[in-house]
Amino acid sequence: MKIKHPALVTALFFAASSTMAAQTVVGLITKTETNPFFVKMKEGAQAEAKKLDVKLLTAAGKADGDTAGQITALENMAAAGAKTILITASGDAIIPTVKKLQAKGVQVIALDSPFDGADALFATDNYKAGQLIGQYAKAALGGKPAKIAMLDLFPGHPVGAQRHNGFMAGYGLKANDAKSNELSTAPEIVCAADSFGDQAKGQTAMENCLQKNPDINLVYTINEPAAAGAFNALQKAKKEGVTIVSVDGGCQGIKDTAKGVIAATSQQYPLKMAAMGVQAGVDYVKSGKKATGYVDTGVTLIANKAIKGVDSKDTQVGTDLCWGKK
Amino acid sequence: MSSKQTRHIPWGALGPWLALLATCAFFATQADRFLSGENLSLVLQQVMVVGVLAIGQTLIILTAGIDLSCGMVMALGGVVMTKFAVDYGINPYLAIGCGLAVTTAFGLLNGLLVTRIKLPPFIVTLGTLNIAFAITQIYSQAQTVTDLPSTLTVLGNTFNLGSTEVGYGTVVMIGLYLLAWFMLRESAPGRHIYAVGNSPEAARLTGIPVDRVILGVYALAGLFYGIAALLSVARTGVGDPQAGQTENLDAITAVVLGGTSLFGGRGIILGTLVGAVIVGVFRNGLTLMGVASVYQTLITGILVILAVAADQMSRKGAG
Repeated sequence: MKIKHPALVTALFFAASSTMAAQTVVGLITKTETNPFFVKMKEGAQAEAKKLDVKLLTAAGKADGDTAGQITALENMAAAGAKTILITASGDAIIPTVKKLQAKGVQVIALDSPFDGADALFATDNYKAGQLIGQYAKAALGGKPAKIAMLDLFPGHPVGAQRHNGFMAGYGLKANDAKSNELSTAPEIVCAADSFGDQAKGQTAMENCLQKNPDINLVYTINEPAAAGAFNALQKAKKEGVTIVSVDGGCQGIKDTAKGVIAATSQQYPLKMAAMGVQAGVDYVKSGKKATGYVDTGVTLIANKAIKGVDSKDTQVGTDLCWGKK
Repeated sequence: MSSKQTRHIPWGALGPWLALLATCAFFATQADRFLSGENLSLVLQQVMVVGVLAIGQTLIILTAGIDLSCGMVMALGGVVMTKFAVDYGINPYLAIGCGLAVTTAFGLLNGLLVTRIKLPPFIVTLGTLNIAFAITQIYSQAQTVTDLPSTLTVLGNTFNLGSTEVGYGTVVMIGLYLLAWFMLRESAPGRHIYAVGNSPEAARLTGIPVDRVILGVYALAGLFYGIAALLSVARTGVGDPQAGQTENLDAITAVVLGGTSLFGGRGIILGTLVGAVIVGVFRNGLTLMGVASVYQTLITGILVILAVAADQMSRKGAG
């Protein structure tokens, strides 16, 4: 189409820009485009944005750890008029850019992964998530001496440290507090290895741990794919009666919990984090006040079998609330 | 070339074996369980996926090419096999065949872009890496495929050899290495691969169809990636769209540690197997010692540089 009348062009331009100005713009930046956790988070944000008539921009890094991609997305979204940006930070390298945007009046809220300088944090209490499965594991072993394998994330990630140390504290072992980024250790922990949250690498890590100590009877895993890998390794080594606990509450993980592959898992709620973030974006435009502090989006212990003295929900509840393909 | 016959030790060929021996000797003194048949069999099972990918990678590097797409092509192959068998209910053998066809087609695509449009292999495979990754995610909706028929997982099982449990997949890997070794040493196409890698111009002048050799190598590599996909599916028991994300560099690392020259034309395929095993031995041994995995990464980095330096020096010596 060719428009010849300059006045018409101007009118169209103003019409377009005025409707854009009326609508609140919120940006959502996830670590990756593909992980079901972030897919669910995006769905939650989209549903809430539709409800509140918000224009939602979304972007993601190419892989977990791609902070350069996230910085580019932050800049682009601010340029596109977003007054609130929600981000699951892939690392602290984004902080200087966040500060620059905040100085221009943009509200930046951390979802899921904390970083210094965010206006607010909407996330799972990962330390508590660890504590819940630690307490469950303690009760499940019923006084038997524990030989524990820890299948961690990778070195230096705060979420990995919080779940690890929380699990130990929940089990009743001496461990660092929730602020620490160091992985604690104890004599009961006979092996610790990195799983990168990946099923194949989790399996390799568990196989090597079983070589180190074949009597392992309790396995902590950073997430459910790592737990599935650990289960595979245990089956191949023909080990039975080993308790596996995990964190996440994805639909596949809940299925595995129902089957008894995982004894118990701490379920988190990405959909809720995103919905709260979009709401905060609308509030900021209305009131001019930024959201502050930490809001716990909740965590529920889902167990294959309930154990007396430990508060848990069954896998039916877990399936109703899970993220991913049911 | 000097006319004087000097006997010099082929460090390029011996180096990887010596490094593997030294590493094993070290871990044997540090961890009691390390040298058990069970543990060594486990290490082989842990490296079989990267090991088979690295066969394809070696063939390509011998022609002075490189393939960054191998891990992603493997992930796509694995998702195709498992989805065809589980979601569409196709006969599992046919589903495996479809997976192999897809990875071979990707290899062929790489080869066509390299030979017909004369694009550098690094760029071509950087492109197909992203394409294969995206197709895998879109096709699988980033969901893991579970509840596989046993045909797809049988290579992940083990049989007893004496008192040691040996993985079927390990046998497949070693068989493929011997096959590739024989082909490269004894067959005309195998010798042509070395000739093309050494000097494409000289190869052309002696009547070798250079482009056809290169095209064949990329397609064959794609077939190896398909077999690696089957091994990966068998080992983990699922079709995982997140698989293979670091395997391209892991495979190149195995090739380099194994003494194959990145400049093409020189290398022994069995060295690549040793290179893959060295990485697995470090991962296993350091876990047995209770050392953090980041040191494995550190040591791998140092070994890669040593391997390339050894190649460079032996080149100067030969020149």
